[in-house]
Amino acid sequence: MWDWAFTFEILPTLAKAAVISIEATLLGFVLAATLGLVLALTRIAVPWTAWPISVLVELIRSTPLLIQIFFLYFVFPSFGVTLDAFTAGVLALGIHYAAYCSEVYRAGFDNIPRGQWEASIALNLSPWTTFRDIIIPQAIPPIVPALGNYLVALFKETPLLSAIAVLELMQTAKIIGSETFRYTEPITMVGLFFLAMSLVSAAFIRAAERLLNRRPAR
Amino acid sequence: MGIRTLIVMLVASILLIAYLATRDTYSLFLPGLLQGAVLTAEITVLGCLLAVAMAVLSALGKLYGPAPLRWLANLYIEIFRGTSALVQLFWLFFVLPQFGVSLEPFAVAVLGLGLNIGAYGAECVRGAIQSVARGQWEAATALNMTRLQMLRRIILPQAFVAMIPPWGNLFIELLKSTALVSLITLSDLAFKAQQMNQTTMKTIPIFTLVLLIYLVLSLLITIGMRLLEQRAAKGLARGRTA
Repeated sequence: MWDWAFTFEILPTLAKAAVISIEATLLGFVLAATLGLVLALTRIAVPWTAWPISVLVELIRSTPLLIQIFFLYFVFPSFGVTLDAFTAGVLALGIHYAAYCSEVYRAGFDNIPRGQWEASIALNLSPWTTFRDIIIPQAIPPIVPALGNYLVALFKETPLLSAIAVLELMQTAKIIGSETFRYTEPITMVGLFFLAMSLVSAAFIRAAERLLNRRPAR
Repeated sequence: MGIRTLIVMLVASILLIAYLATRDTYSLFLPGLLQGAVLTAEITVLGCLLAVAMAVLSALGKLYGPAPLRWLANLYIEIFRGTSALVQLFWLFFVLPQFGVSLEPFAVAVLGLGLNIGAYGAECVRGAIQSVARGQWEAATALNMTRLQMLRRIILPQAFVAMIPPWGNLFIELLKSTALVSLITLSDLAFKAQQMNQTTMKTIPIFTLVLLIYLVLSLLITIGMRLLEQRAAKGLARGRTA
Protein backbone atom coordinates (compact mmCIF):
# COMPACT_ATOMS: atom_id res chain seq x y z
CA MET A 1 0.00 0.00 0.00
CA TRP A 2 2.64 2.48 1.10
CA ASP A 3 5.87 2.67 -0.88
CA TRP A 4 8.68 4.27 1.12
CA ALA A 5 11.15 4.35 -1.80
CA PHE A 6 8.59 6.30 -3.85
CA THR A 7 7.95 8.62 -0.91
CA PHE A 8 11.63 9.53 -0.66
CA GLU A 9 11.85 9.92 -4.42
CA ILE A 10 9.09 12.57 -4.53
CA LEU A 11 10.16 14.34 -1.33
CA PRO A 12 12.57 16.83 -3.01
CA THR A 13 9.93 17.85 -5.57
CA LEU A 14 7.36 18.36 -2.82
CA ALA A 15 9.86 20.33 -0.73
CA LYS A 16 10.45 22.71 -3.66
CA ALA A 17 6.69 23.16 -4.03
CA ALA A 18 6.33 23.76 -0.30
CA VAL A 19 8.58 26.81 -0.72
CA ILE A 20 6.07 28.25 -3.22
CA SER A 21 3.21 27.58 -0.77
CA ILE A 22 5.09 29.36 2.01
CA GLU A 23 5.98 32.28 -0.29
CA ALA A 24 2.33 32.67 -1.26
CA THR A 25 1.36 32.53 2.43
CA LEU A 26 3.83 35.22 3.51
CA LEU A 27 3.15 37.58 0.59
CA GLY A 28 -0.60 37.08 0.95
CA PHE A 29 -0.47 37.75 4.67
CA VAL A 30 1.65 40.91 4.33
CA LEU A 31 -0.96 42.18 1.87
CA ALA A 32 -3.84 41.12 4.15
CA ALA A 33 -2.32 42.71 7.26
CA THR A 34 -1.56 46.00 5.50
CA LEU A 35 -4.77 46.29 3.52
CA GLY A 36 -6.78 45.24 6.60
CA LEU A 37 -5.14 48.01 8.64
CA VAL A 38 -5.84 50.54 5.88
CA LEU A 39 -9.52 49.49 5.79
CA ALA A 40 -9.84 49.65 9.58
CA LEU A 41 -8.15 53.05 9.77
CA THR A 42 -10.15 54.49 6.88
CA ARG A 43 -13.46 53.67 8.52
CA ILE A 44 -12.36 55.49 11.67
CA ALA A 45 -10.69 58.46 9.96
CA VAL A 46 -13.41 59.07 7.33
CA PRO A 47 -16.72 58.31 9.06
CA TRP A 48 -18.90 58.17 5.91
CA THR A 49 -16.85 55.22 4.61
CA ALA A 50 -17.83 53.06 7.59
CA TRP A 51 -21.02 51.73 5.98
CA PRO A 52 -19.62 50.99 2.49
CA ILE A 53 -16.57 49.33 4.04
CA SER A 54 -18.64 47.11 6.30
CA VAL A 55 -20.79 46.04 3.33
CA LEU A 56 -17.63 45.33 1.32
CA VAL A 57 -16.15 43.30 4.19
CA GLU A 58 -19.40 41.35 4.57
CA LEU A 59 -19.43 40.72 0.81
CA ILE A 60 -15.86 39.41 0.76
CA ARG A 61 -16.31 37.30 3.87
CA SER A 62 -19.52 35.64 2.77
CA THR A 63 -18.43 34.50 -0.70
CA PRO A 64 -16.02 31.60 -1.35
CA LEU A 65 -12.33 32.31 -1.76
CA LEU A 66 -12.17 29.92 -4.72
CA ILE A 67 -14.68 32.06 -6.64
CA GLN A 68 -12.70 35.20 -5.78
CA ILE A 69 -9.51 33.54 -7.05
CA PHE A 70 -11.20 32.63 -10.34
CA PHE A 71 -12.73 36.08 -10.59
CA LEU A 72 -9.42 37.91 -10.17
CA TYR A 73 -7.61 35.51 -12.46
CA PHE A 74 -10.13 35.78 -15.29
CA VAL A 75 -11.44 39.31 -14.86
CA PHE A 76 -8.16 41.22 -15.07
CA PRO A 77 -7.45 40.18 -18.68
CA SER A 78 -10.77 41.73 -19.72
CA PHE A 79 -9.40 45.07 -18.48
CA GLY A 80 -6.21 44.47 -20.45
CA VAL A 81 -4.08 43.55 -17.43
CA THR A 82 -2.77 40.00 -17.52
CA LEU A 83 -1.72 38.63 -14.15
CA ASP A 84 0.19 35.40 -13.86
CA ALA A 85 -1.49 32.76 -11.75
CA PHE A 86 0.76 33.26 -8.72
CA THR A 87 0.14 37.04 -8.55
CA ALA A 88 -3.61 36.63 -9.00
CA GLY A 89 -3.66 33.95 -6.31
CA VAL A 90 -1.66 35.99 -3.80
CA LEU A 91 -3.83 39.02 -4.52
CA ALA A 92 -7.02 37.03 -3.92
CA LEU A 93 -5.68 35.50 -0.69
CA GLY A 94 -4.53 38.93 0.49
CA ILE A 95 -7.83 40.67 -0.26
CA HIS A 96 -9.94 37.86 1.24
CA TYR A 97 -8.00 37.83 4.48
CA ALA A 98 -7.74 41.63 4.57
CA ALA A 99 -11.51 41.57 5.15
CA TYR A 100 -11.04 39.28 8.16
CA CYS A 101 -8.01 41.22 9.43
CA SER A 102 -9.81 44.55 9.21
CA GLU A 103 -12.40 43.22 11.68
CA VAL A 104 -9.59 42.10 14.00
CA TYR A 105 -8.00 45.55 13.87
CA ARG A 106 -11.38 47.13 14.47
CA ALA A 107 -11.80 45.04 17.61
CA GLY A 108 -8.33 46.18 18.66
CA PHE A 109 -9.17 49.85 18.13
CA ASP A 110 -12.55 49.50 19.84
CA ASN A 111 -10.77 48.20 22.94
CA ILE A 112 -8.77 51.41 23.37
CA PRO A 113 -10.38 53.39 26.20
CA ARG A 114 -12.14 56.55 25.04
CA GLY A 115 -9.95 58.58 27.38
CA GLN A 116 -6.92 57.87 25.21
CA TRP A 117 -8.54 59.59 22.24
CA GLU A 118 -9.75 62.47 24.38
CA ALA A 119 -6.35 62.91 26.01
CA SER A 120 -4.74 63.00 22.55
CA ILE A 121 -7.12 65.76 21.52
CA ALA A 122 -6.44 67.61 24.77
CA LEU A 123 -2.69 67.40 24.05
CA ASN A 124 -3.37 68.84 20.58
CA LEU A 125 -1.85 65.84 18.81
CA SER A 126 -2.54 65.58 15.10
CA PRO A 127 -4.69 62.61 14.02
CA TRP A 128 -1.63 61.04 12.39
CA THR A 129 0.45 61.30 15.60
CA THR A 130 -2.48 60.04 17.66
CA PHE A 131 -2.71 56.92 15.57
CA ARG A 132 1.02 56.31 15.22
CA ASP A 133 2.14 56.98 18.81
CA ILE A 134 -0.95 56.44 20.98
CA ILE A 135 -3.52 54.16 19.40
CA ILE A 136 -1.58 51.66 17.28
CA PRO A 137 1.05 50.76 19.92
CA GLN A 138 -1.76 49.92 22.34
CA ALA A 139 -4.13 48.31 19.86
CA ILE A 140 -1.79 45.91 18.06
CA PRO A 141 -0.23 43.70 20.80
CA PRO A 142 -3.53 42.26 22.13
CA ILE A 143 -4.64 41.23 18.62
CA VAL A 144 -1.42 39.50 17.57
CA PRO A 145 -2.77 36.02 18.45
CA ALA A 146 -5.93 36.62 16.40
CA LEU A 147 -3.83 37.78 13.45
CA GLY A 148 -1.65 34.71 13.93
CA ASN A 149 -4.69 32.47 13.67
CA TYR A 150 -5.56 34.07 10.34
CA LEU A 151 -1.98 33.53 9.16
CA VAL A 152 -2.43 29.80 9.79
CA ALA A 153 -5.88 29.85 8.18
CA LEU A 154 -4.45 31.61 5.12
CA PHE A 155 -1.67 29.04 4.92
CA LYS A 156 -4.23 26.25 4.90
CA GLU A 157 -6.08 27.95 2.03
CA THR A 158 -3.03 28.00 -0.28
CA PRO A 159 -3.98 24.60 -1.85
CA LEU A 160 -6.83 26.51 -3.52
CA LEU A 161 -4.22 28.12 -5.77
CA SER A 162 -3.87 24.72 -7.44
CA ALA A 163 -7.22 25.48 -9.11
CA ILE A 164 -5.55 28.17 -11.24
CA ALA A 165 -2.50 25.93 -11.80
CA VAL A 166 -0.03 27.63 -9.45
CA LEU A 167 2.67 25.02 -8.91
CA GLU A 168 2.28 24.91 -5.15
CA LEU A 169 2.20 21.83 -2.95
CA MET A 170 -1.24 20.48 -3.87
CA GLN A 171 -0.84 21.02 -7.60
CA THR A 172 2.57 19.32 -7.52
CA ALA A 173 1.11 16.37 -5.60
CA LYS A 174 -1.68 16.09 -8.16
CA ILE A 175 0.79 16.18 -11.05
CA ILE A 176 2.92 13.48 -9.42
CA GLY A 177 -0.28 11.49 -8.90
CA SER A 178 -1.42 11.78 -12.50
CA GLU A 179 2.05 10.90 -13.84
CA THR A 180 2.65 7.85 -11.68
CA PHE A 181 -0.94 6.81 -10.84
CA ARG A 182 0.07 6.79 -7.19
CA TYR A 183 -1.93 9.33 -5.24
CA THR A 184 -1.54 7.76 -1.80
CA GLU A 185 1.96 8.99 -1.00
CA PRO A 186 1.93 12.52 -2.47
CA ILE A 187 -1.46 13.57 -1.07
CA THR A 188 -0.80 12.00 2.32
CA MET A 189 2.58 13.75 2.49
CA VAL A 190 0.91 17.07 1.69
CA GLY A 191 -1.61 16.44 4.47
CA LEU A 192 1.14 15.58 6.95
CA PHE A 193 3.10 18.67 5.94
CA PHE A 194 0.11 20.93 6.64
CA LEU A 195 -0.58 19.14 9.91
CA ALA A 196 3.04 19.57 11.05
CA MET A 197 3.10 23.24 10.04
CA SER A 198 -0.19 24.02 11.81
CA LEU A 199 0.87 22.26 15.01
CA VAL A 200 4.18 24.17 15.01
CA SER A 201 2.54 27.50 14.31
CA ALA A 202 -0.14 26.86 16.96
CA ALA A 203 2.71 26.42 19.45
CA PHE A 204 4.27 29.69 18.24
CA ILE A 205 0.99 31.56 18.62
CA ARG A 206 0.56 30.24 22.16
CA ALA A 207 4.11 31.36 22.97
CA ALA A 208 3.43 34.82 21.50
CA GLU A 209 0.21 35.03 23.52
CA ARG A 210 2.08 34.23 26.75
CA LEU A 211 4.79 36.75 25.92
CA LEU A 212 2.25 39.49 25.25
CA ASN A 213 0.21 38.71 28.35
CA ARG A 214 3.33 39.10 30.44
CA ARG A 215 3.53 42.79 29.53
CA PRO A 216 2.81 45.05 32.48
CA ALA A 217 -0.80 46.12 32.79
CA ARG A 218 -1.45 49.55 31.28
CA MET B 1 -24.43 44.18 11.65
CA GLY B 2 -27.98 44.38 12.88
CA ILE B 3 -30.60 41.96 11.65
CA ARG B 4 -32.43 44.80 9.82
CA THR B 5 -29.33 45.65 7.77
CA LEU B 6 -28.89 41.98 6.94
CA ILE B 7 -32.49 41.67 5.75
CA VAL B 8 -32.09 44.84 3.66
CA MET B 9 -28.93 43.34 2.11
CA LEU B 10 -30.76 40.06 1.40
CA VAL B 11 -33.71 41.79 -0.27
CA ALA B 12 -31.35 44.07 -2.23
CA SER B 13 -29.31 41.14 -3.54
CA ILE B 14 -32.41 39.15 -4.51
CA LEU B 15 -33.83 42.20 -6.32
CA LEU B 16 -30.48 42.74 -8.03
CA ILE B 17 -30.47 39.12 -9.26
CA ALA B 18 -34.07 39.50 -10.44
CA TYR B 19 -33.19 42.72 -12.26
CA LEU B 20 -30.11 41.19 -13.90
CA ALA B 21 -32.25 38.22 -15.01
CA THR B 22 -34.20 40.60 -17.27
CA ARG B 23 -31.04 41.54 -19.19
CA ASP B 24 -29.84 39.39 -22.05
CA THR B 25 -26.16 39.22 -21.03
CA TYR B 26 -27.14 37.80 -17.65
CA SER B 27 -30.35 35.84 -18.21
CA LEU B 28 -28.50 33.31 -20.37
CA PHE B 29 -26.49 32.05 -17.39
CA LEU B 30 -29.03 32.18 -14.58
CA PRO B 31 -30.86 28.83 -15.06
CA GLY B 32 -27.61 26.81 -15.12
CA LEU B 33 -26.20 28.66 -12.14
CA LEU B 34 -29.38 28.13 -10.12
CA GLN B 35 -29.13 24.41 -10.90
CA GLY B 36 -25.62 24.47 -9.46
CA ALA B 37 -26.87 26.46 -6.48
CA VAL B 38 -29.33 23.68 -5.61
CA LEU B 39 -26.47 21.16 -5.40
CA THR B 40 -24.46 23.65 -3.34
CA ALA B 41 -27.39 24.04 -0.95
CA GLU B 42 -27.86 20.26 -0.67
CA ILE B 43 -24.21 19.69 0.18
CA THR B 44 -24.33 22.56 2.67
CA VAL B 45 -27.38 21.23 4.51
CA LEU B 46 -26.16 17.62 4.69
CA GLY B 47 -22.64 18.75 5.55
CA CYS B 48 -23.96 20.94 8.38
CA LEU B 49 -25.96 18.02 9.83
CA LEU B 50 -22.89 15.77 9.78
CA ALA B 51 -20.73 18.56 11.23
CA VAL B 52 -23.10 19.13 14.15
CA ALA B 53 -23.31 15.39 14.88
CA MET B 54 -19.52 14.95 14.73
CA ALA B 55 -18.91 18.07 16.81
CA VAL B 56 -21.28 17.06 19.61
CA LEU B 57 -19.99 13.47 19.68
CA SER B 58 -16.33 14.42 19.72
CA ALA B 59 -16.80 17.25 22.22
CA LEU B 60 -18.64 14.91 24.61
CA GLY B 61 -15.99 12.24 23.97
CA LYS B 62 -13.23 14.71 24.70
CA LEU B 63 -14.87 16.03 27.87
CA TYR B 64 -16.41 12.97 29.49
CA GLY B 65 -15.24 9.91 27.57
CA PRO B 66 -12.82 7.28 28.85
CA ALA B 67 -9.16 7.76 27.88
CA PRO B 68 -9.19 5.92 24.51
CA LEU B 69 -12.29 7.81 23.38
CA ARG B 70 -10.68 11.08 24.50
CA TRP B 71 -7.56 10.34 22.44
CA LEU B 72 -9.67 9.41 19.44
CA ALA B 73 -11.62 12.67 19.68
CA ASN B 74 -8.39 14.66 20.04
CA LEU B 75 -6.84 12.89 17.07
CA TYR B 76 -9.88 13.62 14.93
CA ILE B 77 -9.97 17.28 15.93
CA GLU B 78 -6.24 17.87 15.42
CA ILE B 79 -6.10 16.10 12.05
CA PHE B 80 -9.11 17.81 10.54
CA ARG B 81 -8.26 21.25 11.92
CA GLY B 82 -4.58 20.96 11.06
CA THR B 83 -4.86 20.16 7.36
CA SER B 84 -6.58 21.99 4.53
CA ALA B 85 -10.15 21.16 3.57
CA LEU B 86 -9.02 20.70 -0.04
CA VAL B 87 -6.30 18.23 0.98
CA GLN B 88 -8.91 16.28 2.95
CA LEU B 89 -11.30 16.19 -0.01
CA PHE B 90 -8.53 15.04 -2.36
CA TRP B 91 -7.43 12.44 0.14
CA LEU B 92 -10.94 11.01 0.39
CA PHE B 93 -11.36 11.23 -3.37
CA PHE B 94 -8.01 9.96 -4.69
CA VAL B 95 -6.36 8.02 -1.86
CA LEU B 96 -9.27 6.22 -0.19
CA PRO B 97 -10.15 4.22 -3.36
CA GLN B 98 -6.61 2.81 -3.27
CA PHE B 99 -7.46 1.29 0.10
CA GLY B 100 -10.53 -0.28 -1.47
CA VAL B 101 -13.13 2.28 -0.37
CA SER B 102 -14.66 4.06 -3.36
CA LEU B 103 -17.19 6.78 -2.55
CA GLU B 104 -19.43 8.79 -4.84
CA PRO B 105 -18.16 12.38 -5.32
CA PHE B 106 -21.30 13.65 -3.56
CA ALA B 107 -20.61 11.42 -0.54
CA VAL B 108 -16.97 12.56 -0.49
CA ALA B 109 -18.13 16.19 -0.52
CA VAL B 110 -20.58 15.79 2.37
CA LEU B 111 -18.19 13.60 4.36
CA GLY B 112 -15.11 15.76 3.77
CA LEU B 113 -16.74 19.11 4.52
CA GLY B 114 -18.84 17.75 7.39
CA LEU B 115 -15.81 16.18 9.08
CA ASN B 116 -13.73 19.32 8.50
CA ILE B 117 -16.23 21.76 9.98
CA GLY B 118 -17.20 19.23 12.66
CA ALA B 119 -13.64 19.37 14.00
CA TYR B 120 -13.86 23.16 14.36
CA GLY B 121 -17.35 22.78 15.81
CA ALA B 122 -16.12 20.33 18.45
CA GLU B 123 -14.11 23.12 20.08
CA CYS B 124 -17.06 25.50 20.05
CA VAL B 125 -19.36 22.83 21.56
CA ARG B 126 -16.74 22.12 24.22
CA GLY B 127 -16.39 25.84 25.01
CA ALA B 128 -20.16 26.24 25.26
CA ILE B 129 -20.53 23.23 27.60
CA GLN B 130 -17.75 24.50 29.82
CA SER B 131 -19.30 27.97 29.93
CA VAL B 132 -22.38 26.60 31.75
CA ALA B 133 -22.12 27.69 35.38
CA ARG B 134 -20.72 25.13 37.87
CA GLY B 135 -23.71 25.61 40.11
CA GLN B 136 -25.92 24.02 37.45
CA TRP B 137 -23.96 20.76 37.73
CA GLU B 138 -24.05 20.93 41.51
CA ALA B 139 -27.78 21.60 41.58
CA ALA B 140 -28.38 18.68 39.19
CA THR B 141 -26.27 16.44 41.44
CA ALA B 142 -28.26 17.63 44.45
CA LEU B 143 -31.44 16.62 42.60
CA ASN B 144 -29.99 13.11 42.26
CA MET B 145 -29.92 13.16 38.46
CA THR B 146 -27.79 10.70 36.56
CA ARG B 147 -24.94 12.11 34.48
CA LEU B 148 -26.86 11.53 31.26
CA GLN B 149 -29.93 13.29 32.64
CA MET B 150 -27.82 16.26 33.72
CA LEU B 151 -26.29 16.61 30.28
CA ARG B 152 -29.52 16.13 28.42
CA ARG B 153 -31.88 18.18 30.56
CA ILE B 154 -29.71 20.80 32.26
CA ILE B 155 -26.36 21.41 30.59
CA LEU B 156 -26.89 20.96 26.85
CA PRO B 157 -30.04 23.16 26.62
CA GLN B 158 -28.08 26.03 28.21
CA ALA B 159 -24.92 25.35 26.23
CA PHE B 160 -27.07 25.36 23.09
CA VAL B 161 -27.71 29.10 23.38
CA ALA B 162 -24.00 29.90 23.68
CA MET B 163 -23.25 27.68 20.69
CA ILE B 164 -25.51 29.39 18.16
CA PRO B 165 -23.35 32.39 17.13
CA PRO B 166 -20.14 30.40 16.51
CA TRP B 167 -22.15 27.75 14.64
CA GLY B 168 -23.52 30.49 12.41
CA ASN B 169 -19.96 31.37 11.41
CA LEU B 170 -19.08 27.70 10.87
CA PHE B 171 -22.12 27.08 8.66
CA ILE B 172 -21.04 30.00 6.48
CA GLU B 173 -17.51 28.57 6.43
CA LEU B 174 -19.03 25.28 5.24
CA LEU B 175 -21.12 27.01 2.57
CA LYS B 176 -17.99 28.71 1.27
CA SER B 177 -16.00 25.47 1.36
CA THR B 178 -18.58 23.79 -0.88
CA ALA B 179 -16.94 25.71 -3.75
CA LEU B 180 -14.05 23.24 -3.35
CA VAL B 181 -16.22 20.30 -4.43
CA SER B 182 -16.11 21.68 -7.97
CA LEU B 183 -12.52 20.40 -7.99
CA ILE B 184 -13.68 16.81 -7.38
CA THR B 185 -15.98 16.79 -10.42
CA LEU B 186 -19.28 17.78 -8.77
CA SER B 187 -21.23 20.32 -10.80
CA ASP B 188 -22.06 22.75 -8.03
CA LEU B 189 -22.35 26.53 -8.37
CA ALA B 190 -18.59 27.08 -8.63
CA PHE B 191 -18.24 24.30 -11.21
CA LYS B 192 -21.03 25.70 -13.39
CA ALA B 193 -19.39 29.13 -13.21
CA GLN B 194 -16.01 27.71 -14.24
CA GLN B 195 -17.59 25.74 -17.08
CA MET B 196 -19.63 28.68 -18.44
CA ASN B 197 -16.63 30.95 -18.10
CA GLN B 198 -14.47 28.60 -20.15
CA THR B 199 -17.01 28.27 -22.94
CA THR B 200 -18.19 31.90 -23.18
CA MET B 201 -15.43 33.97 -21.51
CA LYS B 202 -18.13 36.31 -20.15
CA THR B 203 -16.36 36.52 -16.81
CA ILE B 204 -18.02 39.59 -15.34
CA PRO B 205 -21.71 38.65 -15.74
CA ILE B 206 -21.13 35.03 -14.69
CA PHE B 207 -19.09 35.76 -11.61
CA THR B 208 -21.25 38.71 -10.56
CA LEU B 209 -24.26 36.37 -10.50
CA VAL B 210 -22.30 33.64 -8.71
CA LEU B 211 -21.08 36.00 -6.00
CA LEU B 212 -24.62 37.34 -5.55
CA ILE B 213 -26.06 33.82 -5.22
CA TYR B 214 -23.45 32.86 -2.61
CA LEU B 215 -24.19 36.12 -0.81
CA VAL B 216 -27.91 35.32 -0.72
CA LEU B 217 -27.23 31.81 0.62
CA SER B 218 -24.92 33.04 3.36
CA LEU B 219 -27.26 35.88 4.32
CA LEU B 220 -30.04 33.29 4.67
CA ILE B 221 -27.82 31.34 7.07
CA THR B 222 -26.84 34.45 9.05
CA ILE B 223 -30.41 35.70 9.37
CA GLY B 224 -31.71 32.23 10.26
CA MET B 225 -29.12 31.82 12.99
CA ARG B 226 -29.83 35.30 14.37
CA LEU B 227 -33.54 34.50 14.62
CA LEU B 228 -32.76 31.15 16.27
CA GLU B 229 -30.47 32.93 18.72
CA GLN B 230 -33.14 35.47 19.63
CA ARG B 231 -35.67 32.71 20.16
CA ALA B 232 -33.37 30.51 22.23
CA ALA B 233 -32.08 33.39 24.37
CA LYS B 234 -35.63 34.56 25.03
CA GLY B 235 -36.54 31.14 26.41
CA LEU B 236 -33.52 31.21 28.69
CA ALA B 237 -34.32 34.65 30.08
CA ARG B 238 -37.91 33.61 30.79
CA GLY B 239 -36.66 30.54 32.59
CA ARG B 240 -34.42 32.59 34.83
CA THR B 241 -37.02 35.11 35.92
CA ALA B 242 -39.72 32.50 36.59
